[in-house]
Amino acid sequence: MTEQAAVASGFLAIGLSHYLTVGAILFTLGIFGIFLNRKNLIVIMMSIELMLLSVSVNLVAFSSFLGDLVGQLFTMLLLTVAAAEAAIGLAIVVVFYRNRRSIEVEDINQLKG
Amino acid sequence: MTALPAFAPAYPEIFMALAALGLLMLGVFRKNDSMTLVTWLSILVMAVTAVLAIQGTDSAVTFNKLFVVNGFTVFAKVLTLLGAGLTLLLINAWAEGEKFARFELPLLVLFSVLGMMLMISANDLIALYLGVELQSLSLYVLAAFHRDNQRATEAGVKYFVLGALASGLLLYGSSLVYGFAGTTTFEGLAMAVKSGPNSIGVTIGIVFVITGLAFKVSAVPFHMWTPDVYEGAPTPITAFFSVAPKIAGLCLFLRVLVGPFAGMIEQWQQVIIAIAVLSMTWGAIAAIAQKSIKRLMAYSSIGHVGYALIGLVVGNEEGARGLLFYLLVYLFMSVGTFAVIMSMRVKGKYVEEIGDLAGLSRNNPGMAMALAVLMFSMAGIPPMAGFLGKFYIFVAAVNAGFVALAVVGLLASVVGAFYYLRLIKIMYFDEPAAAMDPPGLTTGIIMAVSSALMLVFFIVPAPLVSRAEAAARALFLG
Repeated sequence: MTEQAAVASGFLAIGLSHYLTVGAILFTLGIFGIFLNRKNLIVIMMSIELMLLSVSVNLVAFSSFLGDLVGQLFTMLLLTVAAAEAAIGLAIVVVFYRNRRSIEVEDINQLKG
Repeated sequence: MTALPAFAPAYPEIFMALAALGLLMLGVFRKNDSMTLVTWLSILVMAVTAVLAIQGTDSAVTFNKLFVVNGFTVFAKVLTLLGAGLTLLLINAWAEGEKFARFELPLLVLFSVLGMMLMISANDLIALYLGVELQSLSLYVLAAFHRDNQRATEAGVKYFVLGALASGLLLYGSSLVYGFAGTTTFEGLAMAVKSGPNSIGVTIGIVFVITGLAFKVSAVPFHMWTPDVYEGAPTPITAFFSVAPKIAGLCLFLRVLVGPFAGMIEQWQQVIIAIAVLSMTWGAIAAIAQKSIKRLMAYSSIGHVGYALIGLVVGNEEGARGLLFYLLVYLFMSVGTFAVIMSMRVKGKYVEEIGDLAGLSRNNPGMAMALAVLMFSMAGIPPMAGFLGKFYIFVAAVNAGFVALAVVGLLASVVGAFYYLRLIKIMYFDEPAAAMDPPGLTTGIIMAVSSALMLVFFIVPAPLVSRAEAAARALFLG
């Protein structure tokens, strides 16, 4: 089957909506990872990265679909900021670990009200 | 080859960025005890930046339409710089007292203020995101700065996780808006939103953007990080959190909603009304049960954000004027109150319980007087400036037909008055607790000046109101 025939039969046609669906699923996974996770902080850090990367998927898909480079430019800047964010987040987690000797989510319990 | 963009409109930010890098060098090479020097130089940098902003170009758009300057941004930047400068003085006083003088502290403040200035001037979703992140990343570090302290590091962790979540929501919203409107510049979005029926994608994107911004200004229901971070972070840093990011965040909120998304006012107005009502009522109700004065201030600031958001709901010049004037009053109220909280020390140790204020009027009448004035102002009781702040907001709401919203605001401020007045009752009528140490010179001056300003603003509000009005007009001119 040629590519065009495949597209015509609707078999291999991956359109914008497929990318957006993947992005939305990843984003939702990221949010649920933050709120439902009862294990440790590293998993939360990973969930945050997942959220940011799902946005990158969205942006690149839109950029390609619209034929506009701004979306890819945004993604470049987003990746840079995500790296800085991960660095600062890990630094804070290390400081927290030094004080509490633990990075379990249930140990983040000193402040309540 | 393309021509270079005009740099002149961005001179304040460029100067501030270069100066911050220079001060970083200074701090690194001087090794010890450079905190006081760096603090004073940072305050000087902020003052020069404010002067550059005021003297600079009246209104301009530059850097390929990423960056905008007008009367509104200048007003918002000067407010932010003022709040940051005053709290930096408090931070310096605290760090010297605690033997925790690190030169990174004023520098982090400086970088976060740079982020705030960039986000106030942002004219594009990309510029907006980068400004917000520069601000937030510095704030996460500031929250956890007292790194040997369990509570401060926990505050840092919580702030980081929820702040990153907020950035994620903001970004996801931006990506949807970009995809369905086809552009990220504010002008382009305004055109796209105004012309024709809007796709559901843009609406969903705007809701996500609003959620992200509501997180950043800690409006209910996205406020859960606020009390914990306020309680855990060192007091003067909490003071900074409650002033500068709030002012910059609310100004950004205003610019985004009445600028690019003005054409969808019916859609976002509903959301902001809900957020404002929830913030006002929950800020008033949840504060009643608090024992720690810092948590009380957290809920109080949530309530104040709710009132300020009414000005945003109205979405016209009068509402923007009310919001800006409210922010101006809130700045001095908040800084003054935190100066008092910072002075709550018994034999050199900081205390934070509300009960520790008992009988303050007998041990330290000056401090009690200052706090009483500030609390009256926060409650919105004349003759204090807090009353005028609420008055302009409510008048704008009533004139635009949001009578029910204004009534809810009035009821919430009556409930809120209960806990503000309870503090005064504890200070003046309860049996004295342990006597507090006299406040330091800087903190003493700040609390005296800001409580005096509450009266001054009430007596001569005209110059400030006309400034706020000019800024609001500039915002709607574009």
